[in-house]
Amino acid sequence: MLARTTAVMVALFAGSAQAQTEIQWWHSMTGANNTGVNELASRFNASQKEYKVVPVFKGSYPESMTAAIAAFRAGNPPHILQVFEVGTATMMGAKGAIVPVAKVMADAREKFNPKDYLPTVTGYYSDSKGNMLSYPFNSSTIVFYLNKDAFKKAGLDPEKAPRTWKELSAAAAKLKASGQECVYSTGWPAWMHIENFSAWHNVPIGTKQNGMAGTDTEFSINSPLHVRHVSMLGDMAKKGLFTYSGRRNEAEARFASGECAMVTSSTGAQGTIRRTAKFDWSVNFIPYHDDVKGAPQNSIIGGASLWVMAKKPAADYKGVAKFFSFLSTPEIQMFWHTSTGYVPITQAAYEMTRKSGFYDKNPGAELAVKQLTNKAPTANSKGLRFGNYVQGREVIEEEMEAVFGGKKTAKEALDDAVRRGNEILRKFEAANK
Amino acid sequence: MEKRVVFRSAWLPYALVAPQIAITIVFFFLPAIQAGWYSFQLQDAFGERTQFVGLANFAALFRDSNYLHSFQVTAFFSAMVAGSGIAISLLLATMADRVIRGALVYRTLLIWPYAVASAVAGVLWLFLFAPSIGIITFALRSIGINWDWVLQGDQAMLLVVIAATWKQISYNFLFFLAGLQSIPKSLIEAAAIDGAGPGRRFWTIVFPLLSPTAFFLLVVNIVYAFFDTFGVIDATTQGGPAGATQILVYKVYYDGVKAADLGGSSAQSVILMVIVVALTVVQFRYIERKVQY
Repeated sequence: MLARTTAVMVALFAGSAQAQTEIQWWHSMTGANNTGVNELASRFNASQKEYKVVPVFKGSYPESMTAAIAAFRAGNPPHILQVFEVGTATMMGAKGAIVPVAKVMADAREKFNPKDYLPTVTGYYSDSKGNMLSYPFNSSTIVFYLNKDAFKKAGLDPEKAPRTWKELSAAAAKLKASGQECVYSTGWPAWMHIENFSAWHNVPIGTKQNGMAGTDTEFSINSPLHVRHVSMLGDMAKKGLFTYSGRRNEAEARFASGECAMVTSSTGAQGTIRRTAKFDWSVNFIPYHDDVKGAPQNSIIGGASLWVMAKKPAADYKGVAKFFSFLSTPEIQMFWHTSTGYVPITQAAYEMTRKSGFYDKNPGAELAVKQLTNKAPTANSKGLRFGNYVQGREVIEEEMEAVFGGKKTAKEALDDAVRRGNEILRKFEAANK
Repeated sequence: MEKRVVFRSAWLPYALVAPQIAITIVFFFLPAIQAGWYSFQLQDAFGERTQFVGLANFAALFRDSNYLHSFQVTAFFSAMVAGSGIAISLLLATMADRVIRGALVYRTLLIWPYAVASAVAGVLWLFLFAPSIGIITFALRSIGINWDWVLQGDQAMLLVVIAATWKQISYNFLFFLAGLQSIPKSLIEAAAIDGAGPGRRFWTIVFPLLSPTAFFLLVVNIVYAFFDTFGVIDATTQGGPAGATQILVYKVYYDGVKAADLGGSSAQSVILMVIVVALTVVQFRYIERKVQY
């Protein structure tokens, strides 16, 4: 009996000694992107024997972040957590809860050169000294979709997409006159009309380099240019030239169904549009105001990055580093980029995709990269880092809704957004001193 | 003769209520105390740094005009949900009580929505009323109503009130039906013989006899509207547009669960708890006096 027990125990120990180290990866990818995540993990697992990456879907971005916070408080966080871009400041503030990616790579002696990556992408996730804090996994940006058939019907040249807001307004009036019910709509209103709008026109969203240089930042989105833009949207809404669809990506479905002729939304929408749209369409640069000096600058990214959580056995981090190296290889990047619509994050992957001829067939996929790298990023267009921005963005969206619904003027709404937003920023500053 | 059952054992009664008390302590008192404790603290999301900030969380809330506005929204929302929920279910119950043929089918169908989860109810109404694809939207457009709750606060409020009420009607209906069936038929027949019409019979006999049920449902419905409706809101309007459907409990949920602001969220839940306790006390002190048992 004793001998048998001992034999079983020996077998167990031997088993565990040989077993692979599991790397838990919590993510929020659905649909085609979820398939992509599983494919990445199984390719990595097949490429070596020591580590096994286990992807776990944990719900939407805020849900998986909440789950990870609870798991961390209980002392058992995942190794890798996918966090959306607005959660960046919160993660950065949690110094004891995360391990900077640069440190993970250096400790594991993995080859790692931040210069290999696209600057607009890395800038968003690096500290002021240029150390990369999280791994830029799925980055998207906002682009301008146009229904060419609707343009033809309205007597407009479908090959000449409006480049400026003036041109867009003129085209909108013609589309309306041709019987188009929803002329222009937008997904992610704050991301498009405040965050990307500011970067595209090279004006600050907040002080301290949009919060990147310190938590004592304040919003500056009530500048005359911001007021003018939001007020223009309010006027367009009143005339029926702009239809508000909601705070998330609701507008994308309205474009794909042909209901709205022009939509600004995430590059990530291309997969769905390609599948469902029964009309000719194009992807274009987002419009700008041509009287603003220096515009257009470059757009900023959205999407999410991978954070490495603390409190894991030291040996596990080597596996995490190996996995990140694997993710950075051009072949893998190209696979992820071409199957999802997210942008490639390394120069090498971009070159490789271009040579493969993918962009000749899908010009929209390259346009996002071109828009992100339109000019070298400035302090205003590198990205943003505001604490508790989940709440902050909500405040901005609420105030924009008040303008579109005719309850407030653009000036009142943006002043209120700044006042309420700053209150949230001060609280974050106090909590993260 | 003593009619009450008296326990002779010193410990048995305590043992019998112990499970209930244990559940109340674990799932109500401990979290409530913890929320009270967190409401005086400022924490970062991961709980690494905790500071005691006294009443700062509360002060910040009352400086926020939008938070104050959400009191009005909550009051209106709760009154609408509780009021229309009780009125409609009372009407349905009196109707169902008079049905003779197929009564069971009607009753089952009327009770059905209660089995639907809040979030599912929300999504259901969301689809019916969706601004571009909803069936009801289509019908409303065809008669010239511009239905666009994504921007029109009043319409958004109407949507969440309908969704929240619809779910609660079944529950109210059950209680009203049971109450109606316990009213002796002879009383109503006697009144009818004396020449009282259906309306008169309802208001002078049925309604007073139902008042304990109605009072109980008033308390339960207000608590429901205050606490249990965030699923409906989360699935439909998420508090928008421009805070038009931002009820107190939804903000508690949003700030605490989605935005990881434990201090602010706890302070709000303490305020919410105080309001509901106060409301319940008022109901028992003033409205209950008018109830005839």
